[in-house]
Amino acid sequence: MSVTTLPSRGHALRQPGWLARLFDYKPFLIVMCLAPAIGLLLVFLTYPLGLGIWLAFTDTTIGQRGIYIGLENFQYLLKDPLWWNAVFYSIFYTAVATFGKFALGFWLALLLNNHFPLKSLIRAIVLLPWIVPTVLSALAFWWIYDPQFSIISYLLVDVLHLRDSNVDFLGSPWPARFSLIAANIWRGIPFVAISLLAGLQTISPSLYEAAMLDGATSWQRFRYITFPMMMPILAIVMTFSIIFTFTDFQLVYAITRGGPVNSTHLLATLAFQRGIAGGELGEGAAIAVSMIPFLVFATLFSYFGLARRKWQQGEAND
Amino acid sequence: MTEVTAHSTNVASATPDTMAWDSRTRRVVMIYLPLACFVLILLFPFYWMAITSFKPNAELLNYKEHNPFWITSPTLAHIKHLLFDTSYPRWLKTTMMVAIGSTFLSLFASTLAAYAIERLRFRGSPYVGLGIYLAYLVPPSILFIPLATVIVQFGLFDSPLALILVYPTFLVPFCTWLLIGYFKSIPYELEECALVDGATRLQILWRITLPLAVPGLISAGIFSFTLSWNEFIYALAFIQSGANKTVPVAILTELVTGDVYQWGALMAGSLLGSLPVALFYSLFVDYYVSSLTGAVKE
Repeated sequence: MSVTTLPSRGHALRQPGWLARLFDYKPFLIVMCLAPAIGLLLVFLTYPLGLGIWLAFTDTTIGQRGIYIGLENFQYLLKDPLWWNAVFYSIFYTAVATFGKFALGFWLALLLNNHFPLKSLIRAIVLLPWIVPTVLSALAFWWIYDPQFSIISYLLVDVLHLRDSNVDFLGSPWPARFSLIAANIWRGIPFVAISLLAGLQTISPSLYEAAMLDGATSWQRFRYITFPMMMPILAIVMTFSIIFTFTDFQLVYAITRGGPVNSTHLLATLAFQRGIAGGELGEGAAIAVSMIPFLVFATLFSYFGLARRKWQQGEAND
Repeated sequence: MTEVTAHSTNVASATPDTMAWDSRTRRVVMIYLPLACFVLILLFPFYWMAITSFKPNAELLNYKEHNPFWITSPTLAHIKHLLFDTSYPRWLKTTMMVAIGSTFLSLFASTLAAYAIERLRFRGSPYVGLGIYLAYLVPPSILFIPLATVIVQFGLFDSPLALILVYPTFLVPFCTWLLIGYFKSIPYELEECALVDGATRLQILWRITLPLAVPGLISAGIFSFTLSWNEFIYALAFIQSGANKTVPVAILTELVTGDVYQWGALMAGSLLGSLPVALFYSLFVDYYVSSLTGAVKE
């Protein structure tokens, strides 16, 4: 025992080497610790972000260095009905899907906040659509929306006899748009529900008890306690949700690739089609850059629009 | 006094009773029924995926004679086709490699960053934290075109290494914030004791802080693994050759061929591609939930 401890003690007593001292020098250590994370983010996030904005002002194509052409890409886009169509659908998609996700997700969170048997199992199951790769569940939706062998059509036509013919989910613009939104809502509900459930669990039960003593109905309890208390977390979750719905790519690319007749292109899929598949890097970058103002606006709107209520109630601003 | 307490307990016991009368039927209609609908709808695509991958083609395309919700003669033909006639095993291997590589890289980077921001406290450390957080708000859809040119410049185009290096851009911000939260919960006194005993900062990180932050590391790790397994747009844009593709991209680009879709094989591929994350998920459900909610609360 003593034999094993003695040498190590002697080692500890010796002056540490210059390397050890260097790593104990705080400024150096801070730089070393931050270097990998900051380095990765600078090289693969900040630099590309700047480069993307630069590319948007050039006529770069794959394999050919472009030259500065000013606002030409953007002028072209403003005259392009496909771009306007993508802007319209991106906004529509985001608005309807966000509304659906939050209405249903909040409802699910309220349901999950009750006590019932197998609660943790159900909570685990509910999160599944969010865990599984989006493209793979999108493929399942594609199959569910099949024009000939759609299971929904089968239910409506052969089982319930509500319709005479199969539903044409992806064949014409408006049904295709709503089918994609439904798939997006399906995928988004779990994230919203589980995040909001976490928020619900932080609300102190004594508030509800006090309200019940005052004779508040369950709707009043929801409206005047649950809802205001959930505002801060709702603001954050909604900001995230809006950003990632607006820039969604996978669902649309997997199910319709922008079709039929380009009616379901989101800005991201249009940028991919022009930039990577079509090789017009400059134009694709311009489309991607054109998303930024919408994103900034949506973020500010959802964050401050919802978070302001918190300040009005005079709560601490954490 | 005793009367008052007796009365109040009466009231207390009366309230659950009055709540009990409406609970029975009310609970079923208000809670169980909607909940059952939610679970049914959320799970149905997976059920449909699973059942399709074991159906023979004859049943798959004939709803008149076979009930589509069930299989009469299950077959492994689709899975066999997938495993032996396509490069599916190779895609799985690539995806696994990329997911593990980027997870370790981002865990390494974000542990050090979170430690520096939360424990080494320096002037401006909150701003560095905020900067890293803001990086999370930059969606990949904006970055993939310029990133593709960066990847080409680095000579990494068509290489899985590019994905390992790029995925940390969305993993590091998330993991860093998660770990900052965990480091906050570890008492600083433990580190002070170690400092007094003459430990170096790195020894403290390695011997004291990290062992205590293991739950946080697991959360961050499984989350990163899932996110990189599921990533699509970068993998689609940066990988060209069929052999180097990741599972989600390969299924969509290599298995969808021609006008007649091989639904059985497609669904089998989706099922197999989802299984690793689903298994992983079932082992660590609580970590997922805590990391998801923890990250939102931060």
